[in-house]
Amino acid sequence: MRRDIFQAIADPTRRAIITLIAVQAMTPNAIADNFNTTRQAVSKHLRILTECELVKQEQQGREIYYSLEFEKMKEIDKWLDQLRKLWETRFNQLDQLLSTMKKQKK
Amino acid sequence: MTTESPFNFIVDKTAKTVSVTMEFNADISLVWDAFTKPELLDQWYAPKPFTSKTKYMDFRVGGKRFYAMVSPDGQERWAIQKYTSITPKTNFKLWNVFADKDENPEPTGSDWNLNFLDQGDTTQVSISIYNESLERMEGLLEGFKLGMAATLANLKELLATLTKK
Repeated sequence: MRRDIFQAIADPTRRAIITLIAVQAMTPNAIADNFNTTRQAVSKHLRILTECELVKQEQQGREIYYSLEFEKMKEIDKWLDQLRKLWETRFNQLDQLLSTMKKQKK
Repeated sequence: MTTESPFNFIVDKTAKTVSVTMEFNADISLVWDAFTKPELLDQWYAPKPFTSKTKYMDFRVGGKRFYAMVSPDGQERWAIQKYTSITPKTNFKLWNVFADKDENPEPTGSDWNLNFLDQGDTTQVSISIYNESLERMEGLLEGFKLGMAATLANLKELLATLTKK
């Protein structure tokens, strides 16, 4: 199944995980300590986030640390910004058209 | 609505609904015409340097607008808008779907709800767009290369926006 970044942020627990690991890399156990849910549930979220390439894993000694892929996060940001820009441009054009129409009416 | 700008843009936390609000310095009749008459729509609908080309438009419940966004090098991206509800100068709803040049629609589209608020000299327009699939959400900007640079500083703000609501 194809995963995309929008699927990653569509879930509240996954958004909370993103916020946590944006600050520092964490082990799955340390992440799970922040949630009132099973370790398995957190693992599943981490797997989805990994499949969406929003998080990366790093082995440090015996532990695996999860951290945020900032570049991938920027993709969402960029996408939202473009969509916002599209509507802003569109509405500014409409604004100009309306003022032209108003002048012609007079 | 913010006090600094008449333009407001919100994406909900599941990233499936986009809401835009804008206040225009024109009365409701003018604004309504700009949204419902093809010769006016084509003048503002495509962000420059793109142009909007309406092949036909039948503004009535069950009617359709078949149009394309045309890039500066002449590439056309076609879409169909089907009107599902119309309350003159108050509201209309449509179903929007991308299509090929022969009017064959893609499998999923989006539901649009457009509200017009008469404020005398000004008119407030609120549009909410519900996308039927996340894949479609990503595809929305295909063909538009607006080339905006994103910065890491926006990340925190973005997360806050997505967590709110």
